[in-house]
Amino acid sequence: MEGRFKIDLEHLDTAGFGSRSPITWGTYTFILLETTGFAMAVGSYFYLQSRNSEWPLGAVAPGLWPGSIITLIMLASVVPNHFIKGFARDKRVTAVRLGLLLMSATGVVLLGLRALEFFELNVRWDSNAYGSIVWLILGLHTAHLLTDVADTLVLTALMFTRHGKKKRRLADVEDNGVYWDFVVWSWLPIYAVIYWVPRW
Amino acid sequence: MSAAEEGLRDTDLDDGRLHEFLTRSWESRKGLIGWFSAVDHKVIGRRYIVTALFFLVLGGLAAVAMRLQLSRAENTLLGPDLYNQVFSMHGTTMLFLFAVPVMEAVAVYLVPLMVGTRSIAFPRLNAFSYYVFLLGGLMMWIAFALNTGAEAGWFSYVPLAGPEFSPGKRTDFWAQMITFTEVAALAVAVTVAVTVLKHRAPGMTLSRIPLFVWSELITSFVVMFAMPAVMIASTMLILDRLVATHFFNPAEGGDALLWQHLFWFFGHPEVYIIFLPATGMVSAILPAFSRRPVFGYPAIVLALMGNGFLAFGLWVHHMFATGLPQLGSSFFTASSMMIAIPSGIQIFCWIATLWLGRPVYKTPLLFILGFIVIFVIGGLTGVMAAAVPIDAQIHDTYFIVAHFHYVLIGGSVFPLIAAFYYWYPKVTGRMMSERLGRWNFALAFIAFNAAFFPMHILGLQGMPRRVYTYPLEAGWEGMNLFVSLSSVAFGLSFALLGWNMIRSYRYGEIAGPNPWNAGTLEWATSSPPPPYNFARIPVIDHREPLWSGHGAPAGEVTGLRADMREILITTPGEAAPDLREPSAADSIWPFLASLAVGATFLGSIFTPWAVVWGAAPVAITLIGWFWPKGAPEDE
Repeated sequence: MEGRFKIDLEHLDTAGFGSRSPITWGTYTFILLETTGFAMAVGSYFYLQSRNSEWPLGAVAPGLWPGSIITLIMLASVVPNHFIKGFARDKRVTAVRLGLLLMSATGVVLLGLRALEFFELNVRWDSNAYGSIVWLILGLHTAHLLTDVADTLVLTALMFTRHGKKKRRLADVEDNGVYWDFVVWSWLPIYAVIYWVPRW
Repeated sequence: MSAAEEGLRDTDLDDGRLHEFLTRSWESRKGLIGWFSAVDHKVIGRRYIVTALFFLVLGGLAAVAMRLQLSRAENTLLGPDLYNQVFSMHGTTMLFLFAVPVMEAVAVYLVPLMVGTRSIAFPRLNAFSYYVFLLGGLMMWIAFALNTGAEAGWFSYVPLAGPEFSPGKRTDFWAQMITFTEVAALAVAVTVAVTVLKHRAPGMTLSRIPLFVWSELITSFVVMFAMPAVMIASTMLILDRLVATHFFNPAEGGDALLWQHLFWFFGHPEVYIIFLPATGMVSAILPAFSRRPVFGYPAIVLALMGNGFLAFGLWVHHMFATGLPQLGSSFFTASSMMIAIPSGIQIFCWIATLWLGRPVYKTPLLFILGFIVIFVIGGLTGVMAAAVPIDAQIHDTYFIVAHFHYVLIGGSVFPLIAAFYYWYPKVTGRMMSERLGRWNFALAFIAFNAAFFPMHILGLQGMPRRVYTYPLEAGWEGMNLFVSLSSVAFGLSFALLGWNMIRSYRYGEIAGPNPWNAGTLEWATSSPPPPYNFARIPVIDHREPLWSGHGAPAGEVTGLRADMREILITTPGEAAPDLREPSAADSIWPFLASLAVGATFLGSIFTPWAVVWGAAPVAITLIGWFWPKGAPEDE
């Protein structure tokens, strides 16, 4: 091992944001595989539609209001979410804390509305294949919503402890924001499929 | 930054003191709790490999049981009900509990060493995945022991696997086992992919990544695109069975072929999830025994990518017999034949490597030569089966059984055994017996062909697969008896392999760091590697860093912390040094989380409410996992 050159890396940062951070790459890979899951579920929806002459099968199209309100709130939430990611990069801990409180409240409201949404589907999961696939797709997205809201609540609590000022925790805030964007953007095609395809 | 600045650096430590500090930082803890808290990728990788081999033995015994039943016409050793379970358990075990996990397990052990880092990315997620895999596999085999084994084949076609024709809990256990193993496989795919992208030693640009690492990176992405399909499918199946949904029920607008589409959209790439790492092993082992770098590195990387991409365009060739539109069949015939091109490119590159090198015929190379012969035969029958008119004749016959065993055993298991002989000294510090190895190869090669080649003929004579017996008048008895005897001999070749591994663990010759004079980084550290892998992270300037003229990596990194787990993060393309990041300390929480997740999955077989009451323990254990506890690595 002698006689070889050395490079000294003492000066390197010990945490980074965005694509510098392995956690962000982990988040991206999870987003990739979960997108595949959504694509399979939505693909199954259209496959079942193609197998049936009537669609929606034995039901009226889902009621629009809870799903549409959710869509509007989600789209609006992208704005504070964007700012929170910026605050985290700038290490503005107080702004991050307030932003996360807002996102937590938004998430809880969305979960409440989501519960109402299931009642507006106008079909049960065990009525027929149409009901089954609609419940599956909405359930799948709800699992993502629930996971990220729970994650946001825990992260918010964490940010109010002494750990909150560490750069790595701020990088976690940014990652949580990236995942929230995924929860929002993945909802838009699902919203279109659940609510507008039956009205096509 | 300020806290980190105070830490102890490796810069001014001599080798002895450095070893002392790094061992203290990276060593797994002792005791029972320590055992379940380990996150070292080598520890988890070894457990993964041993567990997968344990399931190989179970799956192999199931195969022997089937062959005993089929050795005579109208045999009554296993009745139809037990036979259905045994063949379903065989296929399910071999694909979900052995082949995919073992290929990922080898990556878990080797990839961090080959890219020159101290730890896999997300080591706790990696440990979690192992326990989830273990629990899923045990769950299925315990269910089998209680007469509740899978019974509708490894593919569980509906309506056979649906609520009407598979009452009871057998198929529910199968469907939940899928959830367990796919969660595990996806988690490993994420850890391996991020390790390759972000943990590479400085200087390991994209064009210097070892081919085995390339193959595992591409496989990880194939896993990410393929596995969600079977998770969605098995979820639909269990919902149809437990809460009366109608995904696959034609009476209520569902469709049985939806299952086949979703299953094979996963199932065909699955073959490449097993095969691509095996080709990576071949590309890693061949150069060491040909005494020259592999021929056509860029062509092999592109062929791996081509295989990974095309793997998603073939699934319908499993469904030619379902009466698809002719245009669809023609398209999938063409795509199925097309995948022979990238596979062929790799084989020509390997032959050229041997041709231009000075081959040393040690056991690993013998298994690779066996692989090339057997895999080419399996590939050729694959091209035959890709043609719709031929497929219509041989579908559901033993010809197909012969074909896919040639591809899977030839294409994956032979390279895997070569890999065991090749990397065993790295993992244990001792060589396996070369003499036993040659007997192992001779027996495996002859017995494999004797067991599986006649199945082609049986298939052409019309013997259907998935049947528990056949009439005497069919005239298949003699050849079946020969196949059964040969398959027992093939099983004995694995006993020989096992004996060689166990015996060599104690009595094998001491290996030293690089017994094969190979060129990649895993051979730059001691055998077995220390808990921290490398005392100093290497800097490389060559594809085979140990062959580049220095006899060792060109340079090394200083400035990393020695008093805590710290790793070097580099950029994805050029592998330029970018961050010094902490790597997670040992933790019991991933194990506890796997228990909570496992109990939830298991409970959901019996009541859908399990998902609700299971949420609390899952949430608690996950919070326990992520919440910082004051270790320097947490900050």
